[in-house]
Formats: sequence, structure tokens, C-alpha cells
Amino acid sequence: MSYHNPHTPPRKSATFDDATLAEIRRAAATGMYDIRGAGTKRKVPHFDDLLFLGASISRYPLEGYREKCDTSVVLGTRFARKPIHLKTPITIAGMSFGALSGNAKEALGRGATLAGTSTTTGDGGMTDEERGHSQTLVYQYLPSRYGMNPKDLRRADAIEIVVGQGAKPGGGGMLLGQKISDRVANMRNLPKGIDQRSACRHPDWTGPDDLEIKILELREITDWEKPIYIKVGGARPYYDTALAVKAGADVVVLDGMQGGTAATQDVFIENVGMPTLACIRPAVQALQDLGMHRKVQLIVSGGIRSGADVAKALALGADAVAIGTAALVALGDNDPKWEEEYQKLGTTAGAYDDWHEGRDPAGITTQDPELAARLDPVAAGRRLANYLKVMTLEAQTIARACGKNHLHNLEPEDLCALTMEAAAMAQIPLAGTSWYPGKGGF
Amino acid sequence: MPVFDLSTTPLRALNSALHALSQGANDTEFEVINPRGSHSVAVGIDTPITVEVRGSVGYYCAGMNDGGTVTVHGSAGPGVAENMMSGTVIIEGDASQYAGATGRGGLLVIKGNAASRCAISMKGIDIVVHGNIGHMSAFMGQSGHLVVLGDAGEALGDSLYEAKLFVRGTVKSLGSDCIEKQMKPKHLAKLAELLEKAGVTDVKPEEFKRYGSARTLYNFNIDNADAY
Repeated sequence: MSYHNPHTPPRKSATFDDATLAEIRRAAATGMYDIRGAGTKRKVPHFDDLLFLGASISRYPLEGYREKCDTSVVLGTRFARKPIHLKTPITIAGMSFGALSGNAKEALGRGATLAGTSTTTGDGGMTDEERGHSQTLVYQYLPSRYGMNPKDLRRADAIEIVVGQGAKPGGGGMLLGQKISDRVANMRNLPKGIDQRSACRHPDWTGPDDLEIKILELREITDWEKPIYIKVGGARPYYDTALAVKAGADVVVLDGMQGGTAATQDVFIENVGMPTLACIRPAVQALQDLGMHRKVQLIVSGGIRSGADVAKALALGADAVAIGTAALVALGDNDPKWEEEYQKLGTTAGAYDDWHEGRDPAGITTQDPELAARLDPVAAGRRLANYLKVMTLEAQTIARACGKNHLHNLEPEDLCALTMEAAAMAQIPLAGTSWYPGKGGF
Repeated sequence: MPVFDLSTTPLRALNSALHALSQGANDTEFEVINPRGSHSVAVGIDTPITVEVRGSVGYYCAGMNDGGTVTVHGSAGPGVAENMMSGTVIIEGDASQYAGATGRGGLLVIKGNAASRCAISMKGIDIVVHGNIGHMSAFMGQSGHLVVLGDAGEALGDSLYEAKLFVRGTVKSLGSDCIEKQMKPKHLAKLAELLEKAGVTDVKPEEFKRYGSARTLYNFNIDNADAY
């Protein structure tokens, strides 16, 4: 009888896992880094790691269908003569015509308007359809200044100066040539078919002192009517918020690393910036230290998916939130009904992120007329409005359970944390304790 | 002619008066005295009015001008005539950095020198500088014309798109993807037109060299990575 040494089962490396090996092979074959859309796909501490405590003997709840829980928010009360009044604190984040089809932009405007909230332009300027279908439209002021002009500045309801975004704090942008249709090219004053680079810094100001003067110029041009937002990526939220306030912002928009992008290097998306959860408390602290909490409003974005996420962001001190990726999904992005076509592109519904290539089967991240025609802007707008309504109702449900008659009355004391990481980042006690890392000398 | 003395009148009063005009209004000539380096003087003009500024201004003078004629009898701070749409802006003295940044149309004339990043990201504006310009000028210039009677600093026209650059003096260095190009008759004609518009009479178009994009960076290629 012979003896065979037992085989050890094949063991793959945790360091060199399948995804890592595939990326090494892809890089070696192409000599090009991986570019994709959307936000980080790695798991980071998030709102899922927080829970609400609900009411108890010391706190009594509000009756779900009888007692009012207000969801309205006013943005831009600090300096603007015409602040923005929204019915829900869930806004639509900036996404460009160019990155998105005209139909998709129209659908975002329709959905936001039905829900009583705002939508936002992007890198590429304002289209007439977008303006026409958006009751409240925020006009982004970006480093590229593609499409920037004073007429659109004046017909906007607010101006958002983009310093950075969560998917790529410190990065510019690139709209690849295949998405440059005649109309996109014309709006950006560039030849058709060439890559359109968006600079990472503004061309005519550098630093917070210049920014203060830039804001003065924009206010003078628009006769001090429009709220001025400053959008920053989640990098140094305490100082960025403080500097934005110092520069004269009415609203600070803070975008964590789960925030999406139309196209950026994967290495950038996955390795630069902080999780949304870690950004909120430092920003709120900065506002409180300056006596400006609730006077300068804070909009948080990056991975907001549900009314629970909304409620948690507001409980941590935000005044409102913004959604981008979730809004695209509500329109129809990554819908399994296009699975056959996703397979042809070498991907699957739920994983499709080559938004920069312009071949989106759902007709959203494309300039191809045939693909874009797949998205009915009326029906898609209705879906977005439904989704916004559900999120708002969900947030109200939680707020009432915590005894709050306005979403803004949610507070950190309503929360507990499930993990040490979330406890530390959100400065919320670990469930069952009164402690979080950093508190009490630990 | 309405006169705004910025030593006693708030900036807001000036700009709101300039914005309150409708097309065809009678009072179309304004004078600003004692600007004392104020920022955002005469920004957002959207009618064909004339503004004479007696003294030097700070940041963003005549920003987003759309149809006005603004003359600064002094020097201008950063970002003069930024994002101009149409009209004319004349600086009798020097201009600081970012002059004419992202301008989409109109004519900016700087009779002195312009500092760094003149014409950055230009998108259709015409700029004539009688003196010299600083480094990184016309960075990512998309369209329009930059005419320099003097010298240009380092990295002229870096990452240039379709803007056309004309320099009469020396160029310290060219930026990535910017090359000297042949001066064709149509360029000489355009140059003559711009010089005339800018009130330059003692200089001939033939004295200039033309610079433009080599167009090698128009579509990303990993082999060009060293150029970025």
C-alpha cells in the first residue's frame, strides 16, 4: 500500500487577489491606467455602521401619520437676497451635459422639480432643456469654465463654486473624445472628437483669500441675489469648511469619497479622499466653532442611498444632502433589463462603470442619439421623483420615531455606532456604551 | 455723465447702476474716480456702455463684460476682463496675472505689460499686449488670438488647443505641445486687423512669429505621458 502525501488546497493570496492580478495584466497589456466612472467600490465605514436609538421613556415619539415632521430646508440665508426654498433636503448633485445625455439631464430636472428640490449643472454649462425643466437649478462654476457665461449665471437659482469632488479631491477631469458630439463640442468651444481636459485648479484664483474676492465678483455680477455654494471633496473637512465660510460662502457642499464621477482614474477614486462618514463631524465642528452652524448650510454627499442615510447625515449636523449615483440608478442606470447588452460590454448590471465610453445601454451616460433615445425623460423623471419621495418619507419615519418634528432636529444623541471605526469617525458612542475612540482620554 | 467716486460711494451702487440700464438707455457713459484698487469694478456689464476708470483697480475689473467698453487709466489687478463675452477693455498701465482668463469674445488691450497666465484658458477672446507677458500664458487656450508686441515668459501656450498666439519679441520657452507655426497670409491679415483695433500703428505684422498647437495631446496616448 503506497502512501500519498495529502494535497493542500490551492490558496490564493489575499494581497494578490483575482482583481489585483487582473489589473496588473490589464495594465501590462495596455500601458494605460484604468479610467472609469462612479465612486469608490471598496468597503469603507459608512452610514450602515450607525443606528438610530428611537424613542424610549425619556423621549417620546411622534405619531406617524398625524403629527407633522417638517422636511423643508432653506439654503443661502447668509448673504443671498433670494435664498432657495426646498421641500425636501435631498438635492441632485452636479452632473454635466456631456457626461450625461440631454434626456438624462432633462429627467433629473423633471424629477427634482416634481419632488420640490434642486438639481445642478455640471462641467459643460447649462442647457435650455435643463433650465426649462428645473424649477430650482444650481449652476456650477468650475475650473474649466466650459459654457460659463453671465446670462446663465443670472438665470440660475444658485451658484456652486466647485473646488473639488469626493471621487477625486485634487483632480481635474477628462471627457474623452468619443463623447464629444457637435453640441457638446460647441458648448465647450473645442473641436469635435478630442479629449476635453478639465483643469484641477481654477484659472483666475488661488487660495481662500482670492476665493473671497472671486465670490465678491460673482455676487456683484448677479446683484447679490444668488446663494453661493462652495463644493469641496472630503479631504480636510474642518479647514475647508472654515475657509469656505471665511471666503463668504452661503452654503458648503461636502462630498465624501463614495461620491461618483463621470470619469477618473480608478487609482484616484479608490485611494484619495475620506469616507463621507468621516467628513461630517469635522465640518459641523468648524461651523459651530465659527458660530455659523445653520447659518451657513452644509450639504453632504457621497453614498447617500436611502432615507436612513439622509436622516443619519442630518443627525450628524448636515442641513441637506445631495445624490448623484443613486439618482442615476433611479433613472435606470445599471438596470438588469439591459443585462444582455451589459454582457456584450464585458460587464454585468450593477457593475457597469465605463461611463466615459459613451456606450451606456440605459442611454444615460452617453451622447449616442440611439442609446440616449432609450431613456424617456418624463418616465425617468417620474421614477426619480418617486425615489426622492420615498427617501423623504423614510427619513420622516425615523425622525418621528426619535420624537422630532423637523428633520433638522435629529441630533447625534439619537445615534449609536456598530463599529469602533464608525464610532471614531462619526464621534458617536459605540452601541451599548457611552464611549467613542478619542473621548475621555483614550 | 454719471460719476461714481469710489472713495465715498459703495461698489454696489456702481455695479447696480451699470446693470440697471436697458438696451437703448440714454445715459451710456460713466466715469469712476478714486477706484483705489477696488475689486470687481464694472463687472457684469451687459449693455453697450462706456466706463472710464480714473486710477488703478484690483481683481476682476470688467469681469464677464458683455458689450461694454471699459478703459482703465491706470493698472489692473488679477483677472481683468475674465470671461469677457464681447466689448472692449483697455488697460492703459500694466495688468496682473490671469488677464483675460477664459474670455469668450471681445478685445482686451493692455498697453503696459501683463503678468503670468495671461489669456489662460482663452475661449475666443482677442488680447493685444503692448509690452511683455509672464510665464504660462495662454495655458490650455482653446480659441481666440493673443498678440504680444514684447517678449513672452516660460512655457508659452502649454497644453494649447486652437488659440493662435503671435509674439514679436523673444519667447523664453514653449510649453508642452506648443510649436512655432508658419505665418500665412490669412494670419498676417488677422494680425493687421487686431493691431489696428488695438491702436498699434508703428508695428508691422511681419515682425511677429506665430505659435500654435502641435495637436499631439488631443487624444490621450500613454507614450506622451512625459509631456503632461
